[in-house]
Amino acid sequence: MALLEIKDLHATVGGREILRGISLTVNAGEVHAIMGPNGSGKSTLAQVLAGRDLYAITRGSVTYDGQDLLDLDPEERAQAGVFLAFQYPVEIPGVSNMYFLKAALNTVRKAQGLPELDAMDFLDLVRDKMTAMKMDQTLLNRPVNTGFSGGEKKRNEIFQMAVLEPRLAILDETDSGLDIDALKLVSAGVNSMRSPQRSMIVVTHYQRLLSEIVPDFVHVLAEGRIVKSGGKELALELEAGGYAALGIKDEAEAVAR
Amino acid sequence: MTAVAEQAGAWLAEFSAQAKQEKWIQALREAAFDRFSKLGFPTTRDEEWRFTNVAPIARTNWKTQPASGGPIPEAAEQHLGKHAPETAFSALNTAFLDHVHYVEIPRGTVRETPIEITYDAGHAEGAAHHPRTLIVVGAHAQCTVVETYRGQGKYLTNAVTEIVAGEGAVIDHYKVQLESPEAYHVAMLQASLGRNANFSSHSISLGAALARNDAGAILSVGTEATLNGLYIVNGSQHIDNHTVLDHAKPNGASHEVYKGILDGKSSAVFNGRIIVRQDAQKTDSKQTNKNLVLSDNATINTKPELQIHADDVRCTHGATIGQLDSESMFYLRSRGIPKREARSLLIYAFAQDIVDRIKVPSLRESLERQLFEKFHEHGN
Repeated sequence: MALLEIKDLHATVGGREILRGISLTVNAGEVHAIMGPNGSGKSTLAQVLAGRDLYAITRGSVTYDGQDLLDLDPEERAQAGVFLAFQYPVEIPGVSNMYFLKAALNTVRKAQGLPELDAMDFLDLVRDKMTAMKMDQTLLNRPVNTGFSGGEKKRNEIFQMAVLEPRLAILDETDSGLDIDALKLVSAGVNSMRSPQRSMIVVTHYQRLLSEIVPDFVHVLAEGRIVKSGGKELALELEAGGYAALGIKDEAEAVAR
Repeated sequence: MTAVAEQAGAWLAEFSAQAKQEKWIQALREAAFDRFSKLGFPTTRDEEWRFTNVAPIARTNWKTQPASGGPIPEAAEQHLGKHAPETAFSALNTAFLDHVHYVEIPRGTVRETPIEITYDAGHAEGAAHHPRTLIVVGAHAQCTVVETYRGQGKYLTNAVTEIVAGEGAVIDHYKVQLESPEAYHVAMLQASLGRNANFSSHSISLGAALARNDAGAILSVGTEATLNGLYIVNGSQHIDNHTVLDHAKPNGASHEVYKGILDGKSSAVFNGRIIVRQDAQKTDSKQTNKNLVLSDNATINTKPELQIHADDVRCTHGATIGQLDSESMFYLRSRGIPKREARSLLIYAFAQDIVDRIKVPSLRESLERQLFEKFHEHGN
């Protein structure tokens, strides 16, 4: 059975339609890449799936693990195993990374019928995962993302994903702002989490991330619709010919933002 | 009769009924009552009281209660009533001088244990309390004082605290206002700080229907003054914080951070005056007022007031009024943290730095507990 089934999804923001009929099926264990130029609706799709209420869903449905995903609050989605790695992780001064992640992990565990972890167990659990992401443990005591470099923020997202062990991970432009070493590190973290039970949606503008995290399927999004789907070779095709080769306008960033 | 004369008349019987005190105290009382009779309670036509209407206090016939504390010692004569600016409220307090909490730390003495003073109004409906505190800290002496205000029912607390710091003295002062939701609380804190003294004031306001705090300090050469404040109001509560940092001499530094959390139909006022006198070159002063507004019906008036008469100084100020950040909310919730908890967490985070600066562990912990409960209550 499909873990995620998106049917004819339409979404608007401020009366402007951003998603204009997206259909996508993701089975357990699959990695789907969503590519597209700026302004194509990639990030909107990622945020809509995580439950951002900025967007109004005007048509269509999303079924996750047999339930209506759109009917769930963001926290309920997270508790059910949906995870969004943010394109722009939010800085939250005054809340320590440790407190935040422990609270998150325990609510997720509770929802799954697992016992809550105390501070010691939690530290044991996160220690290895921090090492794997080459993250300094002092980051735990710092406020969430506050004063982190761009790379540290992205690593922190993947670290959180490793701790929360989602069933559906959505990575929103996780490669943006990363140098090649950081990209390899983050990708290795993601790859180590690939499993037959876990599905991923990797949203990116560029092919370079997909050389590291090799997808099973690639979908090209333009103007709120999937205009082409294929295997991993589609990403290479795009790399060679650009979006223009598919007849897609790659709007200048300045226009899209 | 004028309104002012009418007000004084209502207090006169109470004033005259007091048992006589020693001559010098009696003189202070009489001069103060005279002053009060001339001033009358402020109205919103007074610039200093523009946003705080004390008419409900002025038109109530309060029954004055004996002040808490000990008899006024001879040693207090040198300072009592010599530091606090004379306003209608402070004058009224002085007019009813009877008992005081007098703290004296001799020169060079370090008092490790915090001195805790609790003004508990008890449960006397319609009572007026005039708590008076005098803290005299000798040269190079150190102490921590915690003043707590609480009570039940409807009453008036009209407090005055005077602090005198000798050269190089270190004073950490806490004022925790936990008055009942129906109470009126007016308090003046005034510190005269010696050369190289270090004074920190932490003002936490959680209670009262209407509260007005006037906190002021006069700095000398190389004096360092810190004013931290946290006010949290809900329902129809009103809180007004007026502060005055008066840099009289060179090389002084002041840091001021006041933070407010407003919900319901509450209102708050922050007015931070910084005076840098002509003589006070090399003054370094920083003022911040941040407000988190949780409801559409809450009101905040914030105003910095810089009066700078010296030319080689650094003074900065900033005020912000904001709501809970929706992106932060979404981020927390997207990790599984329920909405209510995410909200409490963000509100708490906003107040965190003020709480962190409290150096008395028991006070910090009890405040953390109270804030936690308060925000959970807010979060429905």
